[in-house]
Amino acid sequence: MITVSFRPAPCICTMLSGAGGGSNDVQWCFSQVKGAIDDDVAEADIISTVEFNHSGELLATGDKGGRVVIFQQEIENKSQPQCRSEYNVYSTFQSHEPEFDYLKSLEIEEKINKIRWLPQKNAAQFLLSTNDKTIKLWKISERDKRPEGYNLKEEDGRYIDPNTVTALRVPVFRPMDLMVEASPRRVFANAHTYHINSISINSDHETYLSADDLRINLWHQEITDRSFNIVDIKPANMEELTEVITAAEFHPHQCNTFVYSSSKGTIRLCDMRESALCDKYSKLFEEPEDPSNRSFFSEIISSISDVKFSHNGRYMMTRDYLSVKIWDLNMENRPVETYQVHEYLRSKLCSLYENDCIFDKFECCWNGNDSVVMTGSYNNFFRMFDRGQRRDMTLEASRESSKPRQVLKPRKVCAGGKRKKDEISVDSLDFNKKILHTAWHPQDNIIAVATTNNLYIFQDKVN
Amino acid sequence: MFPKGTKRKFSDSGDEPPAGSDDVNQPSSAAVRMLSSYSLQRQSLLDMSLIKLQLCHMLVEPNLCRSVLIANTVRQIQEEMTQDGTWQIMTQALSAANAAAQCSADRLVATEVLCRQTEAAQGEPAPKPFPAVGSEGCSAEEVVVVEEEDEGVEGGVIMSTVSPQAPTAYLPSTFGIDPCWEEETGEEEDEDEDSEECASGSEEGDNDRLVEDSRTAEQVFGTFEIKNPAPSPDPALEELFSDVDASYYDLDTVLTGMQSAPKMGPYDLLESLSSHGPSPLSSSTSCRSDLNELDHIMEIIVGS
Repeated sequence: MITVSFRPAPCICTMLSGAGGGSNDVQWCFSQVKGAIDDDVAEADIISTVEFNHSGELLATGDKGGRVVIFQQEIENKSQPQCRSEYNVYSTFQSHEPEFDYLKSLEIEEKINKIRWLPQKNAAQFLLSTNDKTIKLWKISERDKRPEGYNLKEEDGRYIDPNTVTALRVPVFRPMDLMVEASPRRVFANAHTYHINSISINSDHETYLSADDLRINLWHQEITDRSFNIVDIKPANMEELTEVITAAEFHPHQCNTFVYSSSKGTIRLCDMRESALCDKYSKLFEEPEDPSNRSFFSEIISSISDVKFSHNGRYMMTRDYLSVKIWDLNMENRPVETYQVHEYLRSKLCSLYENDCIFDKFECCWNGNDSVVMTGSYNNFFRMFDRGQRRDMTLEASRESSKPRQVLKPRKVCAGGKRKKDEISVDSLDFNKKILHTAWHPQDNIIAVATTNNLYIFQDKVN
Repeated sequence: MFPKGTKRKFSDSGDEPPAGSDDVNQPSSAAVRMLSSYSLQRQSLLDMSLIKLQLCHMLVEPNLCRSVLIANTVRQIQEEMTQDGTWQIMTQALSAANAAAQCSADRLVATEVLCRQTEAAQGEPAPKPFPAVGSEGCSAEEVVVVEEEDEGVEGGVIMSTVSPQAPTAYLPSTFGIDPCWEEETGEEEDEDEDSEECASGSEEGDNDRLVEDSRTAEQVFGTFEIKNPAPSPDPALEELFSDVDASYYDLDTVLTGMQSAPKMGPYDLLESLSSHGPSPLSSSTSCRSDLNELDHIMEIIVGS
C-alpha cells in the first residue's frame, strides 16, 4: 500500500498501484538503449547527468570521464506512424579533464556533475557543463557547407604559387557532409572552494547560478573573471559546520527568485532583490519530523538530494532518500503531496548506511505539464507518480525488457510476508544497480533513464 | 554489495517490539535485553561512523555532505550516550582498563588512527552542541569530571575552555584494543582529575604525534579550506609531481605520514628526484610554509 499525504485538510490518501488499464494510463514502451552491453563497466562510462534541451530535440549526457554525448531526435518517419522518432548520436566531446589542486594535493575529478541547456537564440546550441570546480559554456554548431574555389589554395590545402595565377574567381559555398562542432566558449573557473553540485540558468537569459556545498555564486554568461556570491553558509569556524547546500535552482519565471536545499531537509527560497547576500531567506520550507519514525538515520534520510521547480512555477519538488515531496510555494510548513519511493528500505537503513547507499543522491523530474513526477530507485527500478490520478508505477530499465516497442511491465517489490509471483523481495534487490538520473522530454511522453552506464529511452505507446 | 541475509540489523526504534506485547509490570528482563541490544547496536553504529570518517582521506577530496552527515550522526549518538550515562561509564571503564594495560607499539597505529577520528567527532558535551569537527576535543574527560562532581571529586571543571592541544582519544570497544588516552598537555587549562595517560613507553613521541594529529580533525573539514584560489596547473609543476610514489596514498602512510613526515628541504627533493627515490612529497597541513619551500625549490631548479 502506498501512502500519500495530501493536505491541506489532513488526509492520507491511498495510491492505487497502477497496473495499466484505463484509457488515461500511459503505457511505456522501450525505445532505445545507449551504451556498452557488457557488464564490466568502465568507470569513465558511468553516466553522471542527463538533460533534455528546451525543445526536446537534443538529449545530453555527461559521464564520469568528463565527456558529453549529445543525442538528436530524428525527424519522425511519417510513413511508419508506430515508429516514434529515435535519438542518435549528434556530438561527442571531452568537456572536462582531470586536474590537480596543488595547494591541497588532491585530484579534481573530471566527472560532469550537471549539464544545463541555454535557451536557443540562434542556429547554434549552447550548454553549460560543470565538474566539481569549473563550469564551461559549450557551443554546439553545425557546419554543412564549406567554401571552395580559393585562388591561392588548392582543394587539398596546398598553396598555389601566386605567379601562376592568371584569373581570379570568387570562392563559393558548397554543401558538405554535416559536421557538428563543439567548442568551449567560456570557462568559469576558480570561484568555488567546495564541490559544485548545481547550476541553474536564470529566466533572464543572462545570468546563472552555481552552487557548491557552502556557497552559491551568480554569474553573467559573458563574464568569466567575476562572479557574485549570493549565499554563504560557511560558518566562521569550520568545526561548527553541521549543514551543507545540496541543490539550488532558479525559479522558471521570476528571475529574482531561487531556492536551495540543505542536508537537513530544509529548502530556502531567496529573493535577490532583498539584499546582495541572500543569507536571510524569504521562505523556509520544512516539514516537522515525524516522531514515530525517529532514528539515528533521520537526519541522513531527510537530506534533500534534488530540488526542481514545476514548469508552471507554482510548485517545487524535493527528493530525499525515501520520498518525493511536492511543495506549494505559498505554504512553508509542510508539503502538499508526499510520495514514498521505496518505503520498504526504512527497516534496512543500518545496512544501507554501512554500504554507503544511504548517501546516494537521487534526482527527480516533472513531466511537461506537471501532472506526473518521476524518480529513480535501486535494482534499476524507477518510479512515476501521477499526481492527478493518484496512481504510481514502478518500472525497470533492463536489457531483458529491451525488445523494440516492448511494453514495460509494472514491477512490484514485496516488503515482507508472502512473495507473490512476479514480485521481487527486498533482499533480492541489487543495490549496485541504481537509477540516479532521469529526464523527461519537455513536451512529449519520452523519458531518458540512466542506469550505471546505459541510457534507456522509453516512449509512451503510440496506438 | 548489499549482503543477503543481513547481518546485525539495527532495528530502529520504530521496529522495536511494541510494549504491549510484554506485561508492563514484568521486571523487564526483556526490556533489559532490549536495552542492551539497543546499546550494542548504537555502539556498533558509532564504531561504523567513526571508521567512515577516518577513511575520508583519499586521493580525491572527500564528499563534504557525507562527512557532515556522518559527523552529525556521531554527535547525536554521543549526546544520547551522554544523557543516559553510558558515556561516563564507558570512559571510566576504559580509563581504568588502560591504566593497567600497556599500549604496545604495534597497536598504536590503529589506535592512533581511530583516536584521531573520534576526536574529530568530539567536542564539548551536551548541553552545549558540540562541533562536529573539533581540534578542541576533550569532552570525555570533561564529562567524566562533571558527572563525578556529586561524588566529591573536585569540581571546577571548565567546560568552556578547551585547548587545541588536548586531543582526547576514545576507542570504540568492539575493537578490543586498549584505548590510548592522551595526557593533556601543559597548555590545557582544565583541571584534570582523571589524568588519563597513554601507558606506553614512547609517551613523548605519542604526545607529539597526537598533538599534531589533533589537526587531523580539522582536516576532515579543513581540507576544504583554501586560503588562496587554486592556481591554474603549471605544466612544469605537473612534471615535477608526476612521479609521486603511489604508496604515499596508502591509508597508514596518509594518516601517519602526513603529520609526521619530515619537511623535505630543497636538497632532499632534488636528491629524490634525481635518484627516482620513492620518498613521498610531504603534503602536510601547513601548506603555506610548503609554498615558501616550493618557491625555493623552483628557484633552484629553474636556476635563477
